[in-house]
This record gives sequence, C-alpha cells and structure tokens, in this order.
Amino acid sequence: MTARLGSLAAVLRAQGSRVGVGELLDAHRALAAIDCSSREDSRLALRTVLCSSRADLARFELAFAAVFGDGRPTGDGSPLDELGVIERTALPRVAIPGSASPLLAHEERMVVPAAWSDVELLREKDFAQYTDAEMALARELIARLARRGPMRVSRRTRPVRRRRGHMADLRRVVRASLRTGGEPVRRHWRAPSRRPRPVVLVCDVSGSMTPYARMLLQYLHASVAARRRVEAFAFGTRLTRITNELGGRDHDLALGRAAAAVADFSGGTRIGAALAELNRVHGRRVGRGAVVVVLSDGWDRGDPDLLETEMARLRRSAHRLVWLNPLAAHPDFEPLTRGMRAAVPHTDELLAGNSLASLEQLARILEEI
Amino acid sequence: MTFTQLRSVEAASTALATDGYLADRPLALAVHLAVVLEQPLLLEGEAGVGKTEVARALAACTGARLIRLQCHEGIDLHHAVYDWDYARQLLALRAAEHGVDEGELFSRRFLLRRPLLDALEHDGAVVLLIDEVDRADDEFEAFLLEFLSDFAVTIPELGTVTARHRPVVILTSNRTRELHDALKRRCLYHWIDYPAPEREREIVHARIPGMPEAIARRVVAAVGRLREHGDLYKLPGVGETLVWANALLALGDEGDLDETLGAALKVHEDVLRVRERKVLEGV
Repeated sequence: MTARLGSLAAVLRAQGSRVGVGELLDAHRALAAIDCSSREDSRLALRTVLCSSRADLARFELAFAAVFGDGRPTGDGSPLDELGVIERTALPRVAIPGSASPLLAHEERMVVPAAWSDVELLREKDFAQYTDAEMALARELIARLARRGPMRVSRRTRPVRRRRGHMADLRRVVRASLRTGGEPVRRHWRAPSRRPRPVVLVCDVSGSMTPYARMLLQYLHASVAARRRVEAFAFGTRLTRITNELGGRDHDLALGRAAAAVADFSGGTRIGAALAELNRVHGRRVGRGAVVVVLSDGWDRGDPDLLETEMARLRRSAHRLVWLNPLAAHPDFEPLTRGMRAAVPHTDELLAGNSLASLEQLARILEEI
Repeated sequence: MTFTQLRSVEAASTALATDGYLADRPLALAVHLAVVLEQPLLLEGEAGVGKTEVARALAACTGARLIRLQCHEGIDLHHAVYDWDYARQLLALRAAEHGVDEGELFSRRFLLRRPLLDALEHDGAVVLLIDEVDRADDEFEAFLLEFLSDFAVTIPELGTVTARHRPVVILTSNRTRELHDALKRRCLYHWIDYPAPEREREIVHARIPGMPEAIARRVVAAVGRLREHGDLYKLPGVGETLVWANALLALGDEGDLDETLGAALKVHEDVLRVRERKVLEGV
C-alpha cells in the first residue's frame, strides 16, 4: 500500500498538486481510520486528505484512476508501476530543465541601457515596433511599474503620532503609565493602515492584439509577482484565469505556462462573453473593492448588447473600471468600433496601452485610486 | 476522543441527521476523518450550500460547545485570542494610591477572552468554527497556521495556554481569494456541492417540519432550473431554497413562484432575465 500511495502522490505531483511527506503520512492515518475494504471510502478518504483546492479534485480523480485502476486493483496500466521504488521516490525531485535556453538567459543579463536616453526613447515607442532587445530592456522597467498599484484603507491600525481623528492607543497608554506611577501622562495614538487593494487584470490575447499581448502579458506577470491580491485573466473567445500560471519568478517559464493554458491565443474575440464569465464565475474576486483593468483594443466579434450589459455589471461590482486600448494612443482615435462604443460609457478611465509611457500613466492612476 | 458518536462514517451521517443536517457520504466521511484524525476541516463551496451549518449541526448532535470566530477584514490577535481591558486597567491605575504592580495589572482579572482562547480553555468538547477565513488577511492566516498546529497560544504576561481538549476545527471559505498553501495543507479539504434534487427535498422536509410535499417538490424543481440556467450572476443556494419554501408555505394557496422570486434571486438583472426568458415556465 505504501508503494501505491507513493505512486499516487507522484502522479498528483506530476499534475501540479502539492503533496508532501506530511500528506502521505496523513493518507496512511486516514486509511487506517476507515474501512479500507471499501474502494469508495478509501477514495473519499484519500481525496479529503490529499486535495486542498477545487482544482486538486479533478487531478485526484485522474491520479486515483491511474494508480488504483478502474475498480480492479491489479496494478497494471500505470506507467509509474514499471518504475522501481527508488525511481518513484526520486521522480518528483528530478529537476525539470527550464524551457529557456541558457544562451538566452545569458543574453538577457547582458542587455543594459547604454545610456539613460535609451530608456527615454523607449518610453514613447509603440510596443508593436519593439525589437527583441528592446523587449528585454523594457522588462526591468515594466517590473518597476508593476510594483505600483492602488491602496485602500484597512481596518487594521498602526501606531502614529497624534493627528486629528485618530483613536487612542490604550494598550500603549497603559504600558507607559506604569512608568509614571499610574498616571497616563503620555498619550499614544493609532490610525488605520493602508493595504494593497485587489487588482484584476483582464488581457485580450486575440489576433488583433498580438503585437501588444506579449508586452502586456509581461506587465501581468510582473504585477502578479510583485503585488499581493492581483488576479490575471486572458481572453479571446473565452476567459482563462492565468494567475497561478503567471506566478513564480522565472519570467519565460511563467509566460510559457500562461500561453499553454490559454486555448485561444491569437484567435477571435468575444469580449462580452469573456466578461460575462468574469462576472459569473469569478464575481467574488471582482467584488470586494477590486480595481478591474481591461486591456483590449475593443475589436469585438460578439454581441455588443451582451458586452454593454456585462460592462455595466462589472462597473457596478468593481471599485473602478479602467480600459487600456493600444489604439487609443493614435491622435485621431475615437471609440467607434462596436465593442468600444458599447464599453466606453461604462469605464472610469480610458487609457492608451501601447507604450511604457502609457503603462506609467496606468500606474499613476492606480496609485491615485 | 470525546466525539464518540462519530466513530464511523455511517454514525457521523446519522448523528448529523439527528440535528436536521443531511450530509452526503463524502461530507460525512470528511467530518468523520476530521474528528478521528484531529485535523481541521476546510469547507469550500458556493454561497448558501450549508458550510457553516455543518459546524452547528456537529456541535448540536455531539453536545459539544460551538465556538465561532467570524473572520473579517483587519481581524488580528486581539479580536481572535485575547485583549486586555484597558479601560479597567486605567481605572485601577488611577484608583490605586501607591501604584499598581505590573503583574497584578496584567492578570486574569483584566483579561478579555476572545473565541480562540475560549476554545482552548473550555472544559469539555468544543467545535471551533472559523468562519469565512478568506476575509482575514495573510498575517492572520499565518497566525492561524501556527494556532492550528499547536493548539496553544502564548500571552506574554501570563504564559502559554494549551488546549485542554483538542477542539474539532471547521474552517469555511468563500473563495474571494486563494488561501495560503500552508494553511490548506494543514487542513482536510471538502468541496460542498449543490445537493441533488431528491436530497434537497429531504433537506427541505428535515428543516421545515410540516412542509407539504407539493411545495417542496415545486421549489426544488424551480431552484434546479435556476441553477441549470447558467446565465445568472448569483445562483440560489440551499439557504434560498428553504426561504423560498417557507415563503410559499406562508402564502398558502396564493403562493406563486414568480411573485416570490425575490426569495431566491437577489440581483435585479437575474430576476428580469428569468422572467424574460420564462425560465420557470411549467414548474
């Protein structure tokens, strides 16, 4: 049984679940606590112990079927069974080679702004005209911009010097008065602290956005890595949550994972349907005072009425709704596409999203929110 | 083990049912394991599927005391574990003529006990419900992680308080944000789904004695239609089913599903959409 549980854990890990030795021990204890002869009970018990999120449930069912077969525990079928005990134990710890070639990683480190003016020129340049070297150069700047974001007043308090409207810090007053013979001579005060406000970034990755999607996804990645309470989504014809995929420090790996997760990269656009899903499935992440930023050119093949309704709903549940449109950088830009016409009345801010300067503007606006 | 009623999965299921909570087998098993393994149980699920009710029913059927910690934004140690009664301390300081000894000032007399300390010090079985843990912030989650592994807290002025009886802990989360991995890994996990129609009818009967079968059937069918519709912002949970059934029962013969739609749907657009597309036609 130990070997079986080991391979179950291995399959789970291979799919991305976090199963450690602690969970394995728990699994043993759980099996000991129930009637093991019932296959169904064993499955439920293991599921309760080894899963820790809803996404884990599906992985578990796959892994359980792979390891314990479809009801007949004969043990063939799992490719892992062919491995010896030692290989199996070693399996999850085998390092997975990174997708980026070492050469590229080296090259990245080499790119250094030769002069400040390089960066200055880069600021206004359209993302669509970036060379690869410029993209690498911009990465650092984007990471810096991504650290800036909206804050909100928290109900947690922190000690402050006296200012009007703050509450007395009785804890410290009592402590201090012990030193003055029980007389509360020194007053202390507390005021609400500030915490990061949740941000939801929704990036259009359809065909028309291809020149910009790469840089904007970099911004998404940098935001997820730099700030807490950031959710990232990508959409073309349907919406995909890519927060987990974009996590982690390794930039290429993260973007690769995100691209793999998004089924409809460079395809058509149905913004309304994507926002509908955001409102329904992820409504709880959007509510509670989040700032929602939609990054899209507004070329919509879907139903404009749907887009209009969903934008209205989104604006009502979000704290602020910002739309970044790379086309808006053009001096003659007017929101005339069907999609933009439906969306613009419901946005708090419409910004360009085509250059570092426009991302800087976004960062500034987020900070002021 | 104090919770002897829950020695097997069937027993857990029966025990919960005595208090009107009809748990399906996976949930009964999760509760059974939480008790036997003495591990916290994290319950997730859509709003209104009865996450909080599990703890209530568990406490009621085992005779344990239910201690509830409702998490909220900004909750910290002093809301959750203990605080000092500063106002009384200041009064005591002023009243004493020759000054007060620090040890006396920070003694049990001036200690305000909050739910977690209560749970540790209660003499007897405790079901500790940590409700909506996703509303608390990361710092508090980190503290919970420590609390749930040691079942002990240290009050600097008084020393360490350790649990007399390890409480059965139920955490609920609404998934407004992802909980920290470490906390999740400390817990058993169960996702509560919407119940199947027959099960939901049984729940209606168990929770509202004297409910006519016709109304129960109608309401459950209607709620099922709404959940299937898939185009609504907020789907009705079991809680809404019960309210709706109660509303129809109260209205008697005049009860109409469409007129009482507000019992189940709380978003204006949803109500409009359901009426416009005649989702409830024929129920």
